[in-house]
Amino acid sequence: MTTDIRTPAPPPPQAPKAQPGHLTSAKGTGRLGDKIFLGFSRGAGITLLVLMGAIAVFLTIRAVMALSKNEGNFFTTFEWNANSTPPVFGIAVLAFGTIVSSIIAMLIAVPIAVAIALFITHYAPRKLATPIAYVIDLLAAIPSIVYGLWGALFLVPHLTGVYKWLDSWLGWTVVFSYDGGAARSLMTVGILLAIMILPIITNVSREVFAQAPKMHEEAALALGATRWEVIRTAVLPFGRSGVISASMLGLGRALGETMAVATVLSPSAILSAKILEPGGGTFAQNIASAFKEAGEFGRDALIASGLVLFVITLLVNGAARLIIARRKEYSGANG
Amino acid sequence: MAKRIDINGLNAYYGDFKAIEDISMSVEPKSVTAFIGPSGCGKSTFLRTLNRMHEVASGGRVEGEVLLDGENLYGPGVDPVAVRRVVGMVFQRPNPFPTMSIYDNVAAGLKLNGGVKKSDLDGVVEESLKGANLWNEVKDRLNKPGSGLSGGQQQRLCIARAIAVQPQVLLMDEPCSALDPISTLAIEDLMAKLKDQFTIVIVTHNMQQAARVSDRTAFFNLAGVGQPGRLIEVDDTQKIFSNPAVQATEDYISGRFG
Repeated sequence: MTTDIRTPAPPPPQAPKAQPGHLTSAKGTGRLGDKIFLGFSRGAGITLLVLMGAIAVFLTIRAVMALSKNEGNFFTTFEWNANSTPPVFGIAVLAFGTIVSSIIAMLIAVPIAVAIALFITHYAPRKLATPIAYVIDLLAAIPSIVYGLWGALFLVPHLTGVYKWLDSWLGWTVVFSYDGGAARSLMTVGILLAIMILPIITNVSREVFAQAPKMHEEAALALGATRWEVIRTAVLPFGRSGVISASMLGLGRALGETMAVATVLSPSAILSAKILEPGGGTFAQNIASAFKEAGEFGRDALIASGLVLFVITLLVNGAARLIIARRKEYSGANG
Repeated sequence: MAKRIDINGLNAYYGDFKAIEDISMSVEPKSVTAFIGPSGCGKSTFLRTLNRMHEVASGGRVEGEVLLDGENLYGPGVDPVAVRRVVGMVFQRPNPFPTMSIYDNVAAGLKLNGGVKKSDLDGVVEESLKGANLWNEVKDRLNKPGSGLSGGQQQRLCIARAIAVQPQVLLMDEPCSALDPISTLAIEDLMAKLKDQFTIVIVTHNMQQAARVSDRTAFFNLAGVGQPGRLIEVDDTQKIFSNPAVQATEDYISGRFG
């Protein structure tokens, strides 16, 4: 690391204060502008914190109100009947569905995204790389409801055959058993989410891979590395933390995705390891589906489920930071 | 181990721009050959044609032949990856892999080439680090990252990494230009030792360095901006620095230009 030589030096100890007009000027150099900008940015920062705190307090109060009247166990109850008397609701199915569909999405999206990013940065000729990157960018611009409609109208009917084929080979594992109903399952949701989070993971990974230092790629080349070996020794280790960050961004979107999931999934209070079978639910999907019919109490209950989703997202992000920090010694450029 | 290099009628291009023109010379085995000349005269480009690294740059291509003990590196069917395993390279800025430990850096090339047993690896790593005069400084922290070493140590680590794969030829592209005088001296001592085993070619801007370390010196120059670089003369270092055949060489080494 080089120290920033432009850091302003402290003023000389015996500045000649007795000579006004020499180094000081009455107007000051942009001093008013500095003050306005300082006040403005500080105000913005404080407002943001206050806003966040207010939202957190509001959500927690509403959630606690709902939870105090819940007759079921919030964490282990399957069904979500917040409007019945007495109210019985729990997040077991939602938590399971959210996590399973996000894991499926990550398992599919991350390897494909990394492969596309590597192809764009290290294999494709420039003429091909630019349009591919552009198309991937376009994928990110499609509204999620459009993904949902496409998923419901195209993906669901077309995946039925695939699932039957999976069942015939892997049905004995229970996880892949399938009875042939509509493919409105967690698996379909996972596949759809994978397509939706592909652009963000690809784009961030691509930028990281493109920044892999040329000198380390040359070092690998000079040792007699093939193109794949160059990527393995000089590019992937460099991009590791970037890919993790990118995946977390994608995971965040997958965990919270609402409309596409609500359109594709046929929700039910079933918690089953059979991920090809229809049924299940996710936090965001449940909120979207149940919000309209929910009374005030029902909304409080939904807020409580939303808070759990928030906590899960926080935990995931924290875990990612831990993974990145643990290898900090080996990351980045040469000291 | 060491092999001789014969270059015949070599031109190198970046796209349409001809960087070096019609170079023919020989590099003797088990000796140090220095390339000197003003900036932009193509000596680094020329060096990189000797292990087919030039074509990695976009638009880089080469005409002519480079014979390694008679075998043309640019012959049909020659795999550049195989060439680079025989002709190693050390770069201007020390570039150990930042994500790897000192040990893994030295072992990197061997692991690529495969077929080395873990038990043998330890021995090769130790030998290579000793060969690069670095063993005593790092033997207690082989599992620490290579990027934690000083610049001079990093450069010797890169040399250890290069010689670990037992190349025939070692190319050095201004290996000391980013180092302090003490580290430079360490590298120069190392070169004197390594030339017993390897054919060494070094590009340097430092004429004293060329005079100190090399057996033969090649002087490159270019006629003007946008013109290709050419080989002006190549001879024993002593001759070049005392009584060069060409006036331009004398002007350059005596500091009259460049």
